[in-house]
Amino acid sequence: MIRINCPYCGLRGHDEFSYIGDATKQRPASPADATAAEWHDFVYIRDNPRGPHQEIWQHIQGCRAFVRVLRNTLTHEVLATGLPQDDLLAGASGPAKTEEAKTGEAS
Amino acid sequence: MAEYSAFNLLRNAISGHKDWRRAWRDPEPKKQYDVIIVGAGGHGLASAFYLAKNHGIRNIAVLEKGYLGGGNTGRNTTIVRSNYMLEENAHFYEKSLQLWEQLSQELNFNVMFSQRGVTNLAHSDNQMDAFARRGNTMRMNGIDAELLDRAQVRREMPYLDFSDNARFPIYGGLKQPRGGTARHDAVAWGLARGADRLGVDIIQNCEVIGFKQKGNRITAVETSRGEIGCERIGFAVAGHTGHLAAKLGMKLPIESHVLQAFVSEPLKTLIDTVVTYGAGHFYVSQSDKGGLVFGGDIDMYNSYAQRGNTPMIEHVVSAGLAMIPSLSRLRILRHWGGIMDMSMDGSPIIGKSPIDNLYLNCGWCYGGFKATPGSGWVFAHTIANDQPHAINAGLTLDRFERGRMVDERGAGPYPNRH
Amino acid sequence: MIFNRRFDQPFRLAEGGEIDRLAPVSFRFDGKTYQGYLGDTLASALLANGVRLVGRSFKYHRPRGIYSAGPEEPNALVELRTGGRHEPNTRATMIELFAGLDARSQNRWPNLLLDVMQLNALLSPVFVAGFYYKTFMGMPGWRFYEHFIRKAAGMGSGTTLSDPDSYDKMHTHCDVLVIGGGPAGIAAALAAGRSGARVMLLEESDALGGRLRSERRNLNGEPAMRWVRGAAAALEALDTVTVMTRTTGFGYYDGNVIAAVERISDHLATPPEHAVRQRLWHIRAGRVVIAAGATERPLVFTGNDRPGVMLASAARTYVNRFAVQPGKAAVVFANNDDCYQTALDLHRAGIEVQAVVDSRPDGHGAAKQQAETAGIECVTGAAVIASHGYLGLNSVDIAPISADGLTVTGPVWQLSCDLLAISGGWSPNVHLHSHAGGRPVYDPGIAAFIPGPSRQAERSAGAGAGTLGLADCLRQGAEVGAEAATLLGFTPPAIEIPTSDEPATGPLKALWRVPGPGKKYVDLQDDVTSSDVELAHREGYISVEHLKRYTTLGMGTDQGKTSNMNGHAIMAEERGDSIEDVGTTMFRPPYNPISLGAIAGRDIGMHFSPTRRSAMHDWHAENGAVFVEAGQWMRPQIYRRDGESDVKADMDRAISREVTETRGGVGMVDVSTLGKIDIQGPDSAEFLNRLYINGWKTLPVGRARYGLMLREDGIVFDDGTTSRVGENRYFMTTTTANAGPVMSHMEEYLQVHWPELNVKVVSVTEQWAAMALAGPKSRDVLAAAVEGLDVSNEALPFMGVRETRIAGVKARVFRISFSGELAYEINVPADHGRAVWERVMAVGAEHGIIPYGTEAMAIMRIEKGHVAGGELDGRTTADDLGLGRMSSSKKEYIGRRMADREGFLDPARPKFVGLVPVDGKSRARVGSVLVADNTMQPPVPMLGHISSSAYLSPTLGHPISLGLVEGGMSRVGETVWAMFPLRDEAIEVRIVDPVFYDKDGERLHA
Repeated sequence: MIRINCPYCGLRGHDEFSYIGDATKQRPASPADATAAEWHDFVYIRDNPRGPHQEIWQHIQGCRAFVRVLRNTLTHEVLATGLPQDDLLAGASGPAKTEEAKTGEAS
Repeated sequence: MAEYSAFNLLRNAISGHKDWRRAWRDPEPKKQYDVIIVGAGGHGLASAFYLAKNHGIRNIAVLEKGYLGGGNTGRNTTIVRSNYMLEENAHFYEKSLQLWEQLSQELNFNVMFSQRGVTNLAHSDNQMDAFARRGNTMRMNGIDAELLDRAQVRREMPYLDFSDNARFPIYGGLKQPRGGTARHDAVAWGLARGADRLGVDIIQNCEVIGFKQKGNRITAVETSRGEIGCERIGFAVAGHTGHLAAKLGMKLPIESHVLQAFVSEPLKTLIDTVVTYGAGHFYVSQSDKGGLVFGGDIDMYNSYAQRGNTPMIEHVVSAGLAMIPSLSRLRILRHWGGIMDMSMDGSPIIGKSPIDNLYLNCGWCYGGFKATPGSGWVFAHTIANDQPHAINAGLTLDRFERGRMVDERGAGPYPNRH
Repeated sequence: MIFNRRFDQPFRLAEGGEIDRLAPVSFRFDGKTYQGYLGDTLASALLANGVRLVGRSFKYHRPRGIYSAGPEEPNALVELRTGGRHEPNTRATMIELFAGLDARSQNRWPNLLLDVMQLNALLSPVFVAGFYYKTFMGMPGWRFYEHFIRKAAGMGSGTTLSDPDSYDKMHTHCDVLVIGGGPAGIAAALAAGRSGARVMLLEESDALGGRLRSERRNLNGEPAMRWVRGAAAALEALDTVTVMTRTTGFGYYDGNVIAAVERISDHLATPPEHAVRQRLWHIRAGRVVIAAGATERPLVFTGNDRPGVMLASAARTYVNRFAVQPGKAAVVFANNDDCYQTALDLHRAGIEVQAVVDSRPDGHGAAKQQAETAGIECVTGAAVIASHGYLGLNSVDIAPISADGLTVTGPVWQLSCDLLAISGGWSPNVHLHSHAGGRPVYDPGIAAFIPGPSRQAERSAGAGAGTLGLADCLRQGAEVGAEAATLLGFTPPAIEIPTSDEPATGPLKALWRVPGPGKKYVDLQDDVTSSDVELAHREGYISVEHLKRYTTLGMGTDQGKTSNMNGHAIMAEERGDSIEDVGTTMFRPPYNPISLGAIAGRDIGMHFSPTRRSAMHDWHAENGAVFVEAGQWMRPQIYRRDGESDVKADMDRAISREVTETRGGVGMVDVSTLGKIDIQGPDSAEFLNRLYINGWKTLPVGRARYGLMLREDGIVFDDGTTSRVGENRYFMTTTTANAGPVMSHMEEYLQVHWPELNVKVVSVTEQWAAMALAGPKSRDVLAAAVEGLDVSNEALPFMGVRETRIAGVKARVFRISFSGELAYEINVPADHGRAVWERVMAVGAEHGIIPYGTEAMAIMRIEKGHVAGGELDGRTTADDLGLGRMSSSKKEYIGRRMADREGFLDPARPKFVGLVPVDGKSRARVGSVLVADNTMQPPVPMLGHISSSAYLSPTLGHPISLGLVEGGMSRVGETVWAMFPLRDEAIEVRIVDPVFYDKDGERLHA
């Protein structure tokens, strides 16, 4: 079980969540001005990294919040969690960044 | 006389099996190859085999990071079928099925292709309607299909849950009699031996580290066993295509996900066909050794770890027992994971890439194993002719930009829903 | 008490053991009745009765006996219990004896003694590793040969009966989880438990003690089990410690979650009333101490598989723990000091020990001396090179071997014996460490793999860590347990480690293959021999994974516990590489095979998926409804009247009746299953504008509008009506199938992409009961039902929305129509759904109101040409469905910018049309493929398909269909063929307008 720290509910098993996908994909802010290539990139293209990956999960069987999760795709280790707009790689302040290692929750 | 035959087996039995040759050589990589295929799984080996056999190209290397057949070729649930509805898939998978039908003879290696039939169960009128459409389309394409009603399903598979306790009663099913299973490892070994005998160098324990490029071409591959030059290069590393493409600064419409598979303890024959549940994701067949081999959904999150977690295991097993309650006291012997290239429309990408001499064979989602010979056949054609064959022309990388998705499930650009 | 002679247990010792001699238990094996004692396993009870032949091997059907005393058992697999509780491949060594136990041998015909399949053994020179890859390729094809191979393969038989037992799932947390209740595990649990940490200790067998239950050891000068019982009592006394026996930690998953199975009732004939058979535990642990012990390896020599050949540790278990003699005359053969202790234990149990054969050139110290003192002949620098006996061991050949173990160096001599106890050293059980992502490393000191660096919060202790001495196990267990507690912030007090009397032992000397000709089994269950490994090497299958897959080494039910290390080491010798370089195969969960029932738990049968019923469900049931599954929902399909059955003719009559009476009068259908979403906030209109392709800014309060939404890729996602019920409040309906996905979709855009929008959404599907009242008389019925609401066409026009009361309950009335009739949808709080439904039915009685089901609803929808599930198949665009004109070009909405790609504009895309049979009566089925000509041979170019059909439109008097066809409405009037080759049907159909009924909407607006 991957264990995700929901900013609102705390540490929960991933079976309470629904996986949404890559969190780094920004929907074009001005849809009419975005090029076809930009739309294609947003809808279809994925970095798909082997290692830390910022992704969105919905706590669908909990508070239904969308949670941004920084997770290592090689080990499934959750490195940080925050709100969807947080940049977890930059260490931006989310209300509830997890400290997985300390509590022994590292996967 | 064929190297592998009952006669030679008897002859060797008398001489203590001392005379068998290596199934494939263990060559040192040469400096330069006409074609390099990255990935010695079923697809890569089949590509090399058909490049050599059909297109006369013999100076080929297949580079493999670990041991050949060690990726998804040896991790899948071994189902072979061509019961696809959409034009772009149907002809391709049917070609593959036709190649399966002759593969053991072609390779002189018994891949144990067992055409025991594949039946998809339906649990509602809507599902029966969708299967009718798919089956009719298959028949119009010249592919075998039969629509079974509940009574027919019951006759063929009495062990399914026909009781009042079934949450989703069985309405019927769509059967492809020519579908079935094959021995997955044997496919890799047979293709490796076949390619090797045609002069292909299969180089194991050779990890691709980077590429040398000149203009819009790849001139050489940097590997853990040194630099190897190439004229053309094909990727057949499904599961890891994104990772490899990233070394070229290329991003793809693919996510890597882990799919788990399971095998039970061996049993006397109980399930003599391949059957899939329609009210949940579960498919099962029984191996010749006797183990029930089954699988379900991917774990849903991006992953490069070849292991999954308990929620999906429990979900898959629940679906299995909902379909066949009498399996309850049987035991799981092993479960493992493989990494799938999940494409954005659930269909593979097999064709040219934005780099002139690089060809992509990826995005196989759940379905790569059955495609093995067909994939190799069309990929070889594509590499040899620098253009796709008619039957993989719809499976190009640019179909997403062009709005020509091949979405068999109608699930949309969400790779984990296919 | 007087026992029948056959209840004698000729191999039972007069005293000792953990068995309860006051509790004799009778059981059956292969139809014969025997007796054992409570505390026995099936294996020990069989041995006590002198039953040595228990099973047959997988490939050659070689006679096999009991090889071990634990989960590693490769041979003694039986079919246990009967009927729906039938369990194949059950290890006799793991079955606790219970009264009435019924077990049968398997994989033999007609019986165990006379198994005709043992003829396979004659063909064994042919049946080498991978033989089937080299033959069976010719006519008549693999399917033919496979039939016979499959008959021979497999082990036990399955059943087609359902399991009468039930299973539970449990979830729990703890600070320190200790897996394994042997000395190291006990010490770890004590050390961690006394710190105040919440500790769980899992033990696979029925009691704590591990190997101490099987060994004659003293701790603190007393029998070790006394210390174990004291420790168990001490753990029991700690509030924060939970000890679970009969519980196997079988898999180590992400997040430091360990899966374990607890066997609640397997040691009983049947589970007690209301008790489950097994429980699956998910344990979320802070730290894990893996004290899973080690597994003894056999030695690989000719005939090492005969009944009577047994692991040395198992022989000790049988004499010490079960007070059973596994034979009367024994030889002990080992490459380590285990042989001397074994010989002493056997000797003490009255077994005549003929010799100890130690393969090491010189014996070692104290242990050997003790054995010699006891008068046991000890031979060093020698090996057992063959065994003899048809259905069981009767003698062994012994010969001196060279120091490198490769050759026989002297004359062979024979010793009679019926027991050969062997030990090739111990392999730590590194499975869980490996599941957790650890990579085991080779330790040449014990010639086995031990845990490598940890990847999760775990550490191994005791024999599982490669620590084989008792004192060291206890010390390490305490240390690792204390460390785990400390890392979690607890302060463990020092615990007292008992002193052990074990003699010093000398080092093992690896001996992977004993020299000599003949079949030497590496994997006993699957009959993989050392020559199979050699053949695999010769043919290039040299990686351990290739070896495993080519020879099936380690692929039996024992998961290679006794075979992998030997097999991999032999491959290393063949390759001339180090064992470290050759490596080991991946350890896959589960550690031991786990029943599917435990994994599924309660989520089977009717509980596979929740069943959703509307508030009016019981009314429907009481009024003749035939229900049908619609996803998780149960919906009335039709309502039967007295005397009607569910034969097709009656069904058809009911459907026609419901359509006709609704269109001619009034009918009501339960539409509670539609997704319902409450949308509130000042930006709601803007949000809807972005969600739907049509405009929402101008919708006034009290009005509804039909909306269509796309996915981001421009494909149609869902449709439904949304009503403005307040200044900043909207009420959306979705299709039944997409209720959940649409809700998540909206939440995603609000939370992730458009957090600036001030909108809140909540699903209210379950909160509202909904019913659609349709037909020309619906207004009259509604007028009679509502309290104080003007329902005239002027006051409540088409698409109007009002609040009112019905039966005293607050209700929302929407004048919307799916049927094409004058119609209203009434929503009321779900708790009052049935009361309101009944009120409407009551006031409608004088107008002849009827309830109608989903079939009539679907037919009326097809007559009206509305799109539904059949058309919204995840591949169609708004244009394909003839709904492109809804799109507002004045705004941006989800999917707009992806819907103008080349493929979307292709004129060849099939488009929405109506279809009628040219002959006016043939029924074109859903799923028919549309083609130009019914005579073409495959592959036939296809023009489209039929997506919905009313096999008879009661309104029009003939069948009608909806479909998508190339060219769409530009082809109205043309005919095409609807092909249904699956049923051998071809029907000529004419393309028509999809709106078959009331095209101008006069009835809607009436």
